[in-house]
Amino acid sequence: MTVRNMAPEVVGPTNIAELCNVRWRGRAVATLDQAVGSCRIACRPQDLPALVRWLTEEVGYAFATLIVEETSKMAWCLTYIFYKEADAPWACLELQVDERAGSVPSIVGLAIGPSVDWHEREAEDLFGLKFEGHPRLGEFVLHEDWPEGVNPMRRSFDERQRLKLREPEPEWRPPTIVVAPGSFAMPVGPVFSDFAEAAHFLLETVGEDVIHTIPRFFYKYRGVEKIAEGQSVDRVLLLAERFSGTAAFAHGLGFCLAIEAIRGIAVPARAKALRTVLAELERLRHHAATIAGICNSTALAVATSQAALIEEDVLRLTCEVARHRYLFGAVVSGGLAWDLTEGQCNRLGAAVVDIAERLDHLHRMLRYSSSFLDRLEEVGLISTEVAVSYGLVGPIARASGLTCDMRKLLPYAGYDAADFLVPVEREGDGYARLRIFFREAEQSASIIRQVLATLPAGDIRADAADPRAGAALAAVEAPSGAAFHWVRLRQDGTVARYRVTPPAFTNWHGFHLAAENFAFQDFPIILASFGLSNAECDR
Amino acid sequence: MPNWVLTGLRTGIRSALYPDGPDKTSGISPGRPLGASPLSHREADALAERCPTGALARRDGGIGIDHGLCVHCFRCQADTKAPGVPWEDGHQWGAYADEMAAARKKLHRAFGRSLHVRFIDAGACGACISEARQLNNPYYNMHRLGFFITPTPRTADVLLVAGPISDAMRLPLRKAYEAMPTPKRVVAIGACAISGGVFGPSFAAGGGAAEILPIDVIVPGCPPPPLAILHGLLVVVERKPPSELVSPPTAEKASAT
Repeated sequence: MTVRNMAPEVVGPTNIAELCNVRWRGRAVATLDQAVGSCRIACRPQDLPALVRWLTEEVGYAFATLIVEETSKMAWCLTYIFYKEADAPWACLELQVDERAGSVPSIVGLAIGPSVDWHEREAEDLFGLKFEGHPRLGEFVLHEDWPEGVNPMRRSFDERQRLKLREPEPEWRPPTIVVAPGSFAMPVGPVFSDFAEAAHFLLETVGEDVIHTIPRFFYKYRGVEKIAEGQSVDRVLLLAERFSGTAAFAHGLGFCLAIEAIRGIAVPARAKALRTVLAELERLRHHAATIAGICNSTALAVATSQAALIEEDVLRLTCEVARHRYLFGAVVSGGLAWDLTEGQCNRLGAAVVDIAERLDHLHRMLRYSSSFLDRLEEVGLISTEVAVSYGLVGPIARASGLTCDMRKLLPYAGYDAADFLVPVEREGDGYARLRIFFREAEQSASIIRQVLATLPAGDIRADAADPRAGAALAAVEAPSGAAFHWVRLRQDGTVARYRVTPPAFTNWHGFHLAAENFAFQDFPIILASFGLSNAECDR
Repeated sequence: MPNWVLTGLRTGIRSALYPDGPDKTSGISPGRPLGASPLSHREADALAERCPTGALARRDGGIGIDHGLCVHCFRCQADTKAPGVPWEDGHQWGAYADEMAAARKKLHRAFGRSLHVRFIDAGACGACISEARQLNNPYYNMHRLGFFITPTPRTADVLLVAGPISDAMRLPLRKAYEAMPTPKRVVAIGACAISGGVFGPSFAAGGGAAEILPIDVIVPGCPPPPLAILHGLLVVVERKPPSELVSPPTAEKASAT
């Protein structure tokens, strides 16, 4: 078990790189790059499981993302990136694999294995890499009509081509797990009865109760990472904002932070502060929408309307102060595209107070509505142990007792100067998640007011920097959790590889654990209490 | 036990003025760029160059915009050194997809106040979905206009499509369309469903819903605000006149009116 939430372990008198070199002499070579704040550990494929176990179980790192790069034909560089608290560098386990090596050992069997599970499946599907010992490889991102043996993330694959898809076999049935007399599988999706996003859930049941849920995603796979390759930074920013429109600012910011790190751009203080304000405004809107969704799932009409009014008011407010209702176009590399006037800042500061009050009123009313609470309590349970091993992030992890929050762990924009709480609940059920959404929205309003009160004057955009080749990783706390944006730039300023690990990708993986042994009518409630976007997961 | 009924009553009626009157509340629409003339070739080309999706192009001694390609990136506005293109504040953006759609036999009058809409997410980023969902919130409350979201295509009159049509959603989309009884109409909302937006056409997504379905009305925008989607539905039942897809209108359109 990782010690991600316990007190930081003392890494000896020296740093992680020296510690690693002493402990793994002859098997791994670690070099620390102080400027970037990352520790590169080169190792051989066969040593990977032991090193990951050491890093996560002894040193206390948590898995962030897996980056696969094709270095030459049939040769890959795999980088497993791990994070810890603010002053510890990123740990980047790097290994080279070529056709002769054949495969990479899978690390899903480790304690933190589940958090790497989907990354390995994705790499197998999109790159054609083999992960030795992984129990569930095969059809994942690309569905059964995708031609066999075609791996779209390979360099040789032309992203503009339209492939002839295979006809799905009429006899094809989704694999099921439950074997019991009278058991059957109830499909839900990919088209829903309302405005739900495309995803498929197979509910395995023996009648009244659902025993097990098999979710299936990537109906909305648009190949964002592939089509970003070879494009200019400005064009990829459009993709970064638009792959998940409901968290556009957070992902746009994550991408820009990575670009700024590569090019060594110093963002002006005013832009940093305003980025914080807009990111929290987006979180406020996202949480209000999620609360409206939870109320709607329990058919509490007045509460749904009240939350929807708040959501629409935040959308209008966002449009007034930042031109666009979903903050498209606001963030650019080097700062922000436009400034907020003093009048807009005052309007924003006053409006968030009102919105926070209305949310608080709604929370108080919901807290005393026993029929509503009955539907939420002990529904969709996620235990702390599961949250740790699956590496869950964001409000879902915080409702299950984890304190993981990138705004505190690895502060970016203006968060190091802001004073705020990261609410944590222990129960891990639907009600705990609802409380987290309410309390975080309250904190967001408070951060906005705080930052606006001490808004520095000055520029909002740094001068354009010279193109520079390089790679960087940035972490942001998107409304639904930690997002990791990794970019490699070429000398000519185009993007060579863009890897984004959004929180929905991390958290949807844990969904099937919350959707076990429940009554049919609770399914929409479990779904709503997760508040996740499929567009964000599928990319 | 809190009194929800009283809370609801106390909130009062919040419905937008539209479509009975113009709604000027700030923040209901991000607006959109408009074509401009006269401009010199150099000025027009400089503006067109700022547009990453090719929505802006030099035309008729000025600059024209194809709203179906615009993704609201504000690049034509953000440069402080040079003036941007004019900006329109409205939201009546619904337009006929093509001449065929405009000439199609009219829906029976009965649909005017009882139109059942089936929404399908075919790879949308979430913003279009969120804006479509707002149609049910008390501000836009489309029920007051006789528009309803229906849970099945069997009872749907209109298919509301968002997203660039990802590969995996092609089949469900076509099946939903085929399951609808005639007469039926298809409304494509957002730049992705119209032209593929920033995603398509590529190996994983198409270049818009028109590739596999006959589209009647399109609502440009990235995303189109709720009132624009509402306008698109009103255009379907001919309760509002359609808007133009390009700005300024092309020469033949302008001479026809």
